[in-house]
Amino acid sequence: MPVMSYIDAVTLAMKEEMERDERVFVLGEDVGKKGGVFKATHGLYDQFGEDRVIDTPLAESAIAGVGIGAAMYGMRPIAEMQFADFIMPAVNQIISEAAKIRYRSNNDWSCPMVIRAPYGGGVHGALYHSQSVEAIFANQPGLKIVMPSTPYDVKGLLKAAIRDDDPVMFFEHKRAYRLIKGEVPEEDYTIEIGKADVKREGEDITVITYGLCVHFALQAAERLAEDGFSVHVLDLRTIYPLDKEAIIEAASKTGKVLLLTEDTKEGSIMGEVSAIIAENCLFDLDAPIMRLAGPDIPAMPYAPTMEKYFMVNPDKVEKAMKELAEY
Amino acid sequence: MTKTRHEELGLTNEDVLNIYETMLMARRIDERMWLLNRSGKIPFVISCQGQEAAQVGAAYALDIEKDFALPYYRDMGVVLHFGMTARELMLSGFAKAEDPNSGGRQMPGHFGHREKRIVTGSSPVTTQVPHAVGLALAGKMEKKDLVTFVTFGEGSSNQGDFHEGANFAGVHKLPVIFMCENNKYAISVPIEKQLACENVSDRAIGYGMPGITVDGNDPLEVYKAVKEAADRGRRGEGPTLVETVSYRLTAHSSDDDDRAYRSPDEVAKAKSLDPIITFGAYLKENGVLNDELEKEINDRIMKEVNEATDYAEQAPYAEAESALKYVYAEQN
Repeated sequence: MPVMSYIDAVTLAMKEEMERDERVFVLGEDVGKKGGVFKATHGLYDQFGEDRVIDTPLAESAIAGVGIGAAMYGMRPIAEMQFADFIMPAVNQIISEAAKIRYRSNNDWSCPMVIRAPYGGGVHGALYHSQSVEAIFANQPGLKIVMPSTPYDVKGLLKAAIRDDDPVMFFEHKRAYRLIKGEVPEEDYTIEIGKADVKREGEDITVITYGLCVHFALQAAERLAEDGFSVHVLDLRTIYPLDKEAIIEAASKTGKVLLLTEDTKEGSIMGEVSAIIAENCLFDLDAPIMRLAGPDIPAMPYAPTMEKYFMVNPDKVEKAMKELAEY
Repeated sequence: MTKTRHEELGLTNEDVLNIYETMLMARRIDERMWLLNRSGKIPFVISCQGQEAAQVGAAYALDIEKDFALPYYRDMGVVLHFGMTARELMLSGFAKAEDPNSGGRQMPGHFGHREKRIVTGSSPVTTQVPHAVGLALAGKMEKKDLVTFVTFGEGSSNQGDFHEGANFAGVHKLPVIFMCENNKYAISVPIEKQLACENVSDRAIGYGMPGITVDGNDPLEVYKAVKEAADRGRRGEGPTLVETVSYRLTAHSSDDDDRAYRSPDEVAKAKSLDPIITFGAYLKENGVLNDELEKEINDRIMKEVNEATDYAEQAPYAEAESALKYVYAEQN
């Protein structure tokens, strides 16, 4: 099985879907000739031409809104936001429009589109190239939010998102783009949206997380194994709607739960995960639910000292895990 | 014999009577909704009154078999021409399950009917503008001979979505007709506090498209402008911005009292230019309409409005738990 980087899996999924279905097209800033600022659409312009890989004017609400119009027509647009931080002008289109089109028309119209956006920090991106914005969209029924951690999941989930009949937000961790490599099957496959995945089986504590933090958890789990603790790691993969069954199962299994996100702590998706566990697993818990997240400051600062202070990393995860295991 | 103005435009007497009848139907449904609101039977009305000529004149210039309409909340005249019926509009007014716009989920004025090519809309203004551009883009990708027609008010022409959408359509030369129904007020704020330029159509130049301002009380002038815009779009020459100038004859909505911000004299003056009256007079001057036919048309409309009201009032609401349906695609 070929090994590829996270970003190459993004590109491959789009390429295969564009070959499979003529209705699939890409629009966004710099996605055409340049192939995207991160090169996520590299090669697509040459293969599919400027009519299906559209360099748009620099205007995020139009990128989302034009995509929505095309989706209502019956196309399968993939709209790229250059950075998740720049999605804000498009929020009205995403929340007031895309999320509600099927519901408000009583199932008459629908909006099958994907909005891709690189998110996350640890890349010297400062306040406006580092944010995790998923919580803004994670109480909007009508939207689905996918945040994969591995190249295998990227390909399967992005294909599923493109084929989905409803709008899907697809957040890609920009530091994972080239850092994370993994095996990706050459054949066509999809992964069901809404299903979490156990990335490591363990007995002593459970870590529930998503995105790049999955890798921090796996690295820390290796170290903890040397100390004799066995860590169970659940990768949410879809953070809205949440896979409640998998969360309950993973939390109940060990009775000690660490919730891990790179987002700022208060109001992050982990508050909801925590509520699901509190509602369903009270008598299975052997320790208070623990959260490790970014500090509650507006966003990640530029200077390396402060950036490092903000970011979750394997050392911080290991420390939290150990504390929980020894509780 | 000299041709009438409508004959000059290639419209028959039957065409102009159709336009008149649709305008009058919109007016009569609207008036009925106000009565129903004031008698406590429906919670909300938002009016088309004073804009029927612009709406029907424009819609008449489109091909309802292939073009898409993206109306804003006042566009009863547009959706009637695209095939929505009085009964369907009343079902929406009463928020009943059978309402094709939304099954009673949305307030009246939030139109949508896929089969009739009326695209679903929301309440935040101007969000429909980029949608029209996206539909036109999709039509162009599929090499379809269609145009998209999107409307909004002059206040809405300040929203980013108008400018972002217009620019996108201009850059990609997409067949979109942007029609601003300038009724002089954005709720209470008059046009001089909305625009620094004289006309909304002045904004077209920034997006590389022609902009034209026409008398919104004259359906023939609006028809001509929109027909030319549709022809341009179909020829691959890109979008057009049409501004129709008329006057909002009612308060903003059933929850607004316009006496707080404009004088009765001003409203009375505008009512003397009411397009239902002035277009009726035009038809009579040209021998297309007489008192007898006018009464016949009005009676026919009132019969339909009455039947629609009764039907909608008696129709069932959606089941309470049906609120849970259609968040996402469902099997079956």
